[in-house]
Amino acid sequence: MKAKKIINDPRNVVPELLEGLMLAYHGRIRKLEGVNALVKTELPQDKVGLLIGGGSGHEPLFHGFIGDNMADGAACGNIFAAPTPDVILAATRALNQGKGVLYLYGNYAGDNMNFDIAAEMAAEEGIATRTVRIWDDVASAPPERVDQRRGIAGDLFVIKVAGAAAATLDSLDEVYRVTAKARDRVRSMGVAVSAGSLPETGEPTFTLGPDEIEIGMGLHGEAGVSREKLLPADALVDKMMQRILADLPFRRGDEVCLLINDLGATTMMELLIVNRRVRQILEQEGIAVHDTVMGSFCTSQEMAGFSISLMQLDEELKRYYNMPARSFGYTRA
Amino acid sequence: MTKTSLTIAETAQMLLHMCRGMQASKDLLSEADRAIGDGDHGIGMARGFEVAQQKLESQSATTLDELFKTVGMALLTSVGGAAGAVFGTLFRSGARNLAVLENFDTAALASLLNDGLQAVQERGKAQVGDKTMVDALQPAAARAQELLSIPLAEALPQIAEAARLGMERTKDMVAMVGKARTLGERTLGHPDPGALSTYLILKYMAEYVTGSTRTEEG
Repeated sequence: MKAKKIINDPRNVVPELLEGLMLAYHGRIRKLEGVNALVKTELPQDKVGLLIGGGSGHEPLFHGFIGDNMADGAACGNIFAAPTPDVILAATRALNQGKGVLYLYGNYAGDNMNFDIAAEMAAEEGIATRTVRIWDDVASAPPERVDQRRGIAGDLFVIKVAGAAAATLDSLDEVYRVTAKARDRVRSMGVAVSAGSLPETGEPTFTLGPDEIEIGMGLHGEAGVSREKLLPADALVDKMMQRILADLPFRRGDEVCLLINDLGATTMMELLIVNRRVRQILEQEGIAVHDTVMGSFCTSQEMAGFSISLMQLDEELKRYYNMPARSFGYTRA
Repeated sequence: MTKTSLTIAETAQMLLHMCRGMQASKDLLSEADRAIGDGDHGIGMARGFEVAQQKLESQSATTLDELFKTVGMALLTSVGGAAGAVFGTLFRSGARNLAVLENFDTAALASLLNDGLQAVQERGKAQVGDKTMVDALQPAAARAQELLSIPLAEALPQIAEAARLGMERTKDMVAMVGKARTLGERTLGHPDPGALSTYLILKYMAEYVTGSTRTEEG
C-alpha cells in the first residue's frame, strides 16, 4: 500500500521543501543560482567556512542546521541521495573567504565520493578544504572498523560543536581538529519500529512484521544488529545503552550531552519514556548529563523509531557546546 | 561490412543510442535495486542519461574525449548518490587518453574501460568480489585488452558478454561496500544494480556498432 504523504508532484519534493525552508528562515539563508545549495545570507568576514550536506528527506538534517554558530551552508541531494559535486563546489566557492572550507557530513559511500570529487575540483581552483565524516552509529560496524560506520543523529552534536569552532577559531586545521574530536566522542544507536517511504514511489524502504522491530537499523533501512519482537521501552533502552556505553567506552565520572531523536513518526510521549530509562542507567553508571536534547533532528520520512546519542565532553568541547546557536532545526539560547 | 572503428560523429550516435537504452532500462534497474538497496538506481540513471542525451544533442563535440567527458559530467551532476560519482568518473576519467584519437576502435574502448576502471577503484575503493560495478567493469576491461586488434563490431559484443558474466557472478557475492554492505547476506542471489548498469551500457554500445537496435524491455 502506498504511503499517504502531503506533497505535490513527487518530482518537486526537494525544490519545494527547500523553498519552504528558506521562507522559514526569513531571509537569513539564500539558495545559490541553479543548484540545490543553501548558504547564510550574511557570512561573517574572514571565517573558516563550514559546509554540511547529504541526501534530503532527513529534515531538519542537514539544511535546517544552517545558522549562527552552526553551519554556513548546506549542499542538498535528492531524497536519500548524496548531493552532486557541482552543488558542493558551488557552495564551497560561496563559503570560501580565503580561509578554506570544512566539509562535514555522514559517512556514506555516495557522500564520500561526491564530496571528494568536489574537494579535488576546489583544490584545482586554489580553495583549501578538509573533511570530517561522521560515523556515530555503533550498530553499523565493529569498533575496529569505525570508518565503515554510518552517520546518524549524532550529526547534530558534531555540527553544533563544529559551528561554534568555525565561528571562533582562525584556521581550517584548528576547526578540523575540534570537529574531529567531537566526532570521535559521539556514539549513537537507533531502533526501527516501522518503515518510512520514498516520496517518489510511495514504497516503504523496508518491511517489518506488525510486532517486529529492528535494533540498529539505519536511516535508509540498512540492516541492524537484530530483529526482535516489540519490547517494553525499558528493556529496549537497556539493550541499546549497553552497546553505546561499552563502545567508546563511556566511564564513571564522564560528562555527556544526550540526544534522544525521533526518526520521524515516534511521539514525544515515547521519547520521554525512553529518556526516563536512559537517565536511570546513566545515574547507575555514574555518568553526568550536561544537556538533554529531544525531538526530531535526523529523520527518515515517516519511519517510526528513535535513536540515542551521547557525546563525551571535555573542557574544550563543553565550551563550544555551550555557545549559543540559532538555526531552523536546533537552537541553544 | 564489419565495422573496424567509428568516426567521431558515429561515436556520438553510439552514445545517443546508449543514452536512450539506459533510459528505457529504468524499471529494470530500479527493480534490481529494490532487492538490495532503496530502489532508486533506475530513477537516477535514467535522469542522468537523459541529461547526457540532451547535452550530446545540443553540442557538437569535435574530439572523442569531449564526447565521453560530456556524458561523464552529465552523470556526475545529475544522477546523484554513489552511482553518479562512479559512472561519472568512469566516463570522465576513462576519456583521459582519448583526446588524440581520430577514431573509436577497440583499442580506444580498451583505453576507456581500463582508465575508467582504475579511476573508479581509486574513487570508491572497491575491489573485485565486493559486489559492485567493478565486478562487471573489470572483466570487460580485461577482455577489451585481449581483443585490441579485432574490429570494434566483433570485439564489443564479446566485451559486453564479459561484463554480463561478471554481472551474473555478483549474484553469488555478498555486498562489501556502499549502502548495500550493511544488508550483508541478504544481498545473495541478486545481481548488483551497478554491475547490471555497466553491462547494459556496453550492450547498448554493442547494439549500435553491430547494427542491431533492440532496447532492453523494463
